[in-house]
Amino acid sequence: MQYMIVFREPMSEFEKREDPSQMGDYWGAWGAYIGAMREAGIIVKGDGLLPPATATIVRQREGARLIEDGPFPDVKEQLGGYFVIEVPDLDAAIDWAGRSPAALVGSVEVRPVMPADMLL
Amino acid sequence: MSDGAARDAAAQAAVARAARDGYGRLLAYVAARTRDIAAAEDALADAFATALRRWPETGVPDSPEAWLLTVARRAAGKGARARGTAQAAQATLDILMEEAMETAAPEFPDDRLKLMFACAHPAIDRSVRSALILQTVLGLDAARIARAFVVQPAAMGQRLSRAKAKIRAAGIPFRVPEAEEREGRLDDVLMAVYAAYGLGWEVPGGLPAGRAREDLAQEALFLARLVTALMPGEPEPLGLLALILYCEARRSARRAEDGGFVPLAEQDRALWDGAMVAEAERVLEAAARLGRPGRFQTEAAIQSVQVQAPRGQAGDPAVLSALYDYLVTRWPSLGAEVARAVVHAAARGPERGLQLLDAMPADRVAGYQPWWAARLELCLQAGDSAGAKAARAHAIALTDDPAVQAWLKAR
Repeated sequence: MQYMIVFREPMSEFEKREDPSQMGDYWGAWGAYIGAMREAGIIVKGDGLLPPATATIVRQREGARLIEDGPFPDVKEQLGGYFVIEVPDLDAAIDWAGRSPAALVGSVEVRPVMPADMLL
Repeated sequence: MSDGAARDAAAQAAVARAARDGYGRLLAYVAARTRDIAAAEDALADAFATALRRWPETGVPDSPEAWLLTVARRAAGKGARARGTAQAAQATLDILMEEAMETAAPEFPDDRLKLMFACAHPAIDRSVRSALILQTVLGLDAARIARAFVVQPAAMGQRLSRAKAKIRAAGIPFRVPEAEEREGRLDDVLMAVYAAYGLGWEVPGGLPAGRAREDLAQEALFLARLVTALMPGEPEPLGLLALILYCEARRSARRAEDGGFVPLAEQDRALWDGAMVAEAERVLEAAARLGRPGRFQTEAAIQSVQVQAPRGQAGDPAVLSALYDYLVTRWPSLGAEVARAVVHAAARGPERGLQLLDAMPADRVAGYQPWWAARLELCLQAGDSAGAKAARAHAIALTDDPAVQAWLKAR
């Protein structure tokens, strides 16, 4: 089965990405994690995302397009990246989600990818 | 009786037997391979209905379970075609049938344990796990489960369907977890079984609140025995079985003839089921020999101390205090913390017990009836009549059992 594992990180994690004293540890942990997934051959696709400040929210209402700056406010954890992985079952997906650096400081959502036959 | 009527009766008895012995095994066998509990249930229901129609004419087949599986497989195929999906499930069932038919004596592996681990998976809402196990492993219908849980049958049916859909869609595996994660996951399964038993035990001291609940106690006992049989090397299922046996042995002593509530120390021990107590002791010893203490073994050990106390007395308070300290440190719960305060009061005076009660977080105990009942008891012992008055009012307001209300008023 395919699962999307969605990483949510507190803002302090995003700050580490560019803090010279912490970026080594931050990227090292993600590098090791992604390397292990690659070695296991389970990655279908995946990306890290630029920080929440780069986000734009779009809504289309009654013919008008409403555009807002930034991510949804008042959320402690922000979307930091995702992977789609191919593993046998939920327990295997949970295992991979639990090994990610995001699980230690934020949270990881595990969602089954909609099967192709549901789209017919 | 005519030949036809006798054949009908024999066929009906055979179907009933196959249903009782085989339902959970057949369902587990099919569901463990398709991960689709709802489809497996539909297919099995078809198979049992067909058996009721056919067996009176054809006689009962040599292997009723293999016969039922064959028919269930066809029904599952039909269902899958009707839905236009689940080709994979059909393919799996085809393979299953070939496997089953290849063996000379069709002996199905018992996958009920895998089914229970799927039903009690942490990704499933905790409040529906017991109901799901009762329905899938024992084949209880949603209406009966709903009665025991005191919810509307439609609401229970909906919660069960949602849980089954989640198991299928989320890809929850049907497997017994590996050693390193087994302890926590096994605890989830045992908690679900215990919760099924606990439906008749929400009130301290335990009160069977109606026929449906008593039935469920028997079903929970069956499940506890089943888990011990399927996991012979694990001590905690034995601990749970012992715990349920200790509680169940005292069922008829818990109520006076007028229906009044009888606390443990005042119960007539002649009414206890001696054979059941003896079995509980044996089972607990067997668990202890495995040398891995756990939550249910500790709770059973507490019961063991209680039943061994002389008539009219509670168990040795020093021993009970030590057991509750251990229980609360490792597996904290509101119920255990309240009970711990009560045994500490018995060992070291009511003030110490009240101290422990008052140290519990106020927002968590405000609506917890056993906390108020314990506080009433300890305030009375400490001679705090104002405290007792307030605690009594809360304790009475928080139970809907008239026998317990009457008992509390009389304190």
